[in-house]
Amino acid sequence: MQVAIVKYNAGNIRSVINAFSRLGITPLYTDDPEQLASADKIIFPGQGEASNAMRYLREHRLDEVIRNLQQPILGICIGQQLMCSHSEEGDVDCLGIFDAPVLRFQPEQQAQKVPHMGWNTIGNLQSPLFKGLKTDDFVYFVHSFYVPICEHTIATTDYILPYSAALQRDNFYATQFHPEKSGTVGETILRNFLEL
Amino acid sequence: MLAKRIIPCLDVKDGQTVKGTNFVHLRSAGDPVELGKMYSETGADELVFLDITASHEGRKTFTKLVERLSEEIYIPFTVGGGIGSIDDVDRLLSAGADKVSINSAALRHPELIDEITRHFGSQVCVVAIDARQEGDTWTCYLNGGRIPTERTLFDWAKECADRGAGEILFTSMDHDGVKQGFANDALRQLSETLPIPIIASGGAGAKEHFRDAFTLGHADAALAASVFHFGEIPIPELKQYLLNEKIPVRI
Repeated sequence: MQVAIVKYNAGNIRSVINAFSRLGITPLYTDDPEQLASADKIIFPGQGEASNAMRYLREHRLDEVIRNLQQPILGICIGQQLMCSHSEEGDVDCLGIFDAPVLRFQPEQQAQKVPHMGWNTIGNLQSPLFKGLKTDDFVYFVHSFYVPICEHTIATTDYILPYSAALQRDNFYATQFHPEKSGTVGETILRNFLEL
Repeated sequence: MLAKRIIPCLDVKDGQTVKGTNFVHLRSAGDPVELGKMYSETGADELVFLDITASHEGRKTFTKLVERLSEEIYIPFTVGGGIGSIDDVDRLLSAGADKVSINSAALRHPELIDEITRHFGSQVCVVAIDARQEGDTWTCYLNGGRIPTERTLFDWAKECADRGAGEILFTSMDHDGVKQGFANDALRQLSETLPIPIIASGGAGAKEHFRDAFTLGHADAALAASVFHFGEIPIPELKQYLLNEKIPVRI
């Protein structure tokens, strides 16, 4: 199976590559439209800042490439946020794959630190992506912006407020958390994605 | 619910883990990759690896170690020790580290914090602060606790947060290695005044100490070394204890 990781200016992808290596897959790290289109599965990873990332994707015409992908694609963290309609981070229009905004956490108490960093539970699991998971399994989050619960929500979590931990529309999947850093639970999710 | 994090810390010298007691005596405690794997499989939430090697050759060895860690460990890990420039940060993140911990370099050049967060985001930037209580003030120390500075804990921690640090790792030098509990009053003051997570470090000797760091100190995470490395407190046992004490932890 050929897994391609979308190459753009969004941070460290070594742990994503290593996570697939542990599953016996050597992913291709590329921004070539043809290589992306012909891969069996696509990973759209990321850490970084939304408006810079969107500018890069547009300049390299990767925005159109990603929107037109037909195979299963998994956005991770900022990858998920970039697949939404608009982000408050840098006030930027994003890819519009999910009809949902990306909003900044508004802490209401001192104890509500931002970024939301660490292990949190996910629930309301509604996708084969989560096959074999239990409600309230823990996954690892690091983020300051979130996607509200919407028609595409396939998992929720709760920090400051309940929001989307994962989204899906057609062949487009995305998680706010980092499956590649979420121990055996994350490994199960990545394996499930490969089986879609 | 967001879990309180338990973080084993491994000091690494010449490819082996060591741990100081009050920053002076060093005892050897095994292979970092094997230890790290064992911890990730038995419930550690994150890991910290500190390079205490001083030489250029040692730095290269450590970078190779980070690459191996990234291959073998699939929970987040932070690396620190001797990070002085944005190039050091880039090298370690490229090798697969999730976060870097900076300490002396931040005290000497606070703008390094801004630079790291601008390049790589706040989430990768942990500022470690070693401080000792002297009268009513907490004095920050450089170089692994050897050189006192003009800076005080609460002002410096606030400046770090203002500059974009993602987390503060506070080690009380008074408590470190003594195994009588964490510096809960200072932790609480940090936690109640800063908008970013606080990691408690220095003083763990019993399971109750971790509970107190969370309930009294309001810490977001607690870090320890020797109690884990020498098997004095197995992490699964600690987590079960904390859960019984109604503290949210990941089991």
